[in-house]
Amino acid sequence: MVEIEDYQSDAENQWCPGCPNFGILRAIKSALVALARKPEEICMVSGIGQAAKLPHYLRCNFFNGLHGRALPIAVAINVVNPKLTTIVVTGDGDCYGEGGNHFLHTIRRNPNITLIVHNNQIYGLTKGQASPTTDLRAKTRLQFEGVELEPLRPLATALLHGCPFVARGYAGDIKGLSDLFVEAMRFKGFSYVDVIQPCITWGTHTVSWYKERIYKLPPDYDLHDKEEALKKACEWGDRIPIGVFYRDDRPKMGFGDQFRDKIFDGRLTDLGFRKQQTIIEMLDIFR
Amino acid sequence: MIDINVVVSGAAGQGIQTIGYIIAKTASEAGYNAFSWQDYESRIRGGSNSYRIRVSEDPANSPLVKADIFIALDEKSKAKYRPLLKEDGILVDEQETGERIITVPFVDIAQSELGDKLFVNTVAAGALTAVMGIAWESLKEVILEEFSGKGDVIVSKNLTAAAEGYKFARNSCEGICPWVLPRREQKHYLISGNEALALGAAAGRCRFIAAYPMTPSTGIITFLSKYKERLKIFTEQAEDEIAAVNMAIGASYAGVRAMTASSGGGFALMVEGISLAGMTETPVVIVLAQRPAPATGLPTRTEQGDLLFAINAGHGEFPKLVFAPSDPKDAFHKIVRAFNLAEKYQIPAIILTDQHLADSYFTLDDFELDKVINRSYLANPDEIANYKRYQLNESGISPMLYPGQSHHLVCCDSDEHDEYGHITEDLELRKRMVKKRLRKTELLRKEIVPPEEKDISDATDVFLSWGSSRNAVFEAVDRLRENGARVGAIHFTELLPLPEYEFPRDVNYYTVESNATGQLGRLLRSEYGISVKRAIARYDGLPLDHMYIMEGFVNG
Repeated sequence: MVEIEDYQSDAENQWCPGCPNFGILRAIKSALVALARKPEEICMVSGIGQAAKLPHYLRCNFFNGLHGRALPIAVAINVVNPKLTTIVVTGDGDCYGEGGNHFLHTIRRNPNITLIVHNNQIYGLTKGQASPTTDLRAKTRLQFEGVELEPLRPLATALLHGCPFVARGYAGDIKGLSDLFVEAMRFKGFSYVDVIQPCITWGTHTVSWYKERIYKLPPDYDLHDKEEALKKACEWGDRIPIGVFYRDDRPKMGFGDQFRDKIFDGRLTDLGFRKQQTIIEMLDIFR
Repeated sequence: MIDINVVVSGAAGQGIQTIGYIIAKTASEAGYNAFSWQDYESRIRGGSNSYRIRVSEDPANSPLVKADIFIALDEKSKAKYRPLLKEDGILVDEQETGERIITVPFVDIAQSELGDKLFVNTVAAGALTAVMGIAWESLKEVILEEFSGKGDVIVSKNLTAAAEGYKFARNSCEGICPWVLPRREQKHYLISGNEALALGAAAGRCRFIAAYPMTPSTGIITFLSKYKERLKIFTEQAEDEIAAVNMAIGASYAGVRAMTASSGGGFALMVEGISLAGMTETPVVIVLAQRPAPATGLPTRTEQGDLLFAINAGHGEFPKLVFAPSDPKDAFHKIVRAFNLAEKYQIPAIILTDQHLADSYFTLDDFELDKVINRSYLANPDEIANYKRYQLNESGISPMLYPGQSHHLVCCDSDEHDEYGHITEDLELRKRMVKKRLRKTELLRKEIVPPEEKDISDATDVFLSWGSSRNAVFEAVDRLRENGARVGAIHFTELLPLPEYEFPRDVNYYTVESNATGQLGRLLRSEYGISVKRAIARYDGLPLDHMYIMEGFVNG
């Protein structure tokens, strides 16, 4: 039995008061309670940015690494110890900008981890510059005349490259978000949840702007239909869908599966030392 | 005293590597010391490359330049490399006839005896073996071994090809070829630096390697991937070097020994990761196989241009290890040591090699496996009540556990952090954490092996060198001494932290390095205050050899 208090961290929270990040943190905690994951069974990985500080505020194992580099750290942890529940918490700048290449290739690897992206469409910690998802023509503290670059459509990108679980949540809907996280963490394979998190300090849209546009995908939406999912993933502006866009329940090769099938199925830490005889035999190849 | 240098040249794709490797292996099989190195262009077909094989009675794992025996597979390579042939050397050629030329119609033999031009290389290997005066049996053994995986037909055709080449050349050799190499009952290892590093990593309990392909480092992950089942090691080709180093750090945090490998350009991308390993105190081993730079440089040639880069790699101040092995045996043991010390001190460790060490084949008698230390430096979770990943203590080495090992939570942060691994802005604590990390350097320094000295007791002139040039430098010392010069050498293979060391006084120092600016000289001047008279520098992409060093010493 795990309770929400088990995740209580003593670290001082550095987020702005009232930030929707608090909602995401609560949703993750309640999802972990629902899944009965003990703190020592969880490993959170993050990069840099306000979102990436989240692991400090949830008692568990964590590796808070460099800007953009959470995913390569996380896939390696997952392959060394598949028994850990590995969760990456990151932001739009961290994951889609600095770490964009890792985002693409982690999708291709399909590791059994969950990726949660706090997407506030702005750089918060560096005080208000455009991120890869900032809307076209939005004025920022650096793009004074408005953003000239097309925004990235990360959900569509993920779908195109075979991500088997693609979802979007909203930080203001804690219950709905928590349910999304439960489904994502239960999913075997790479599960990706982009979370709309209005930035109340530097954001280019108000909270109400989001609220007016967000709608839940209807119950009759077919989450196994990739073409429909792609259409929904490109829908942004007047209406913004949330929910599970796509879920592929067919068996799919995951990162490390070949190794586990053929060579060793378990934690690599259990392998211990190699026999000296193995090294002697290998050296004899050269004799 | 037998000391033969064979130069095999041709265009990329013609198979000179196969010929060169087979005759090196054959000489080794016959009980001789074989050393081979390659000089090749960055292309898959065409150009003009060479494979040099030195065969000697005594160990001589360093390059010779002038050729005793020369063969070219195309006209362009013949024109380029023929000047290397000594006046009394032997040319082995397809068409040319004349004094000191062994004419072997390779293509005709391959066509008429085997009906396929493909076997021309094996015919050539047979001919060269005969010219060298090595018995047929040794070549036969090697052919059987090398082609055994390709089926009986291929084996028997290659045997025929080799035998025909051998027979033809031996008949023409009568009264011309001076060498006779009777079989000796000695078993050697013939191994390259990359292969030795891969096996050393295995002996050092490495379970994870991620890397992005880059010449001349690619051989390490390729070897480990080929034998991953036998070695139970996970190998991954990363999307870039940034991912590679972060994956290695992630795997290490998760509890296994992990590494990556690259060359200068890729290593440059890894530098932020080295700093991350320093801050989070995560052990990681990084092989930097140097090649001539800046930027893309000469991708397939050799240089020692990244010494100071490796030593200074990573923003901020933190302890780090830099080793530069001198040959494959040293590489094997150095990487084992690097894995042990990286784990013991929770630091990044860099192994500096270069294309010369990575690709060349050296002859070794023994690996001395009993010298390999097998132990873990991780803490015991049962002995800890309140776990602090970055506990402040006297040694600076905090207890290291991995996530999922026990109920203790393992928290690491790239920000400055408190003892539990949480972000801190406490500036007093910051100072204590900096000191804690740096304290490890002084303990580590005590474990560093001093440089290797050669003939320095009476020397008036002393060479300073590092890494893969050891044998060439020591050979130059021997030859210069034969001519009466009082020369010695001090050779470094462990370069960061530098050990306490008393340099001989009142001698002239010369740095001998494969770079243009004498980087070792600058390092030793800043660390030990010694002054260097002159640099004997080589930066044309070719390895240092004893003739080059002697010339540089005598003529400046």
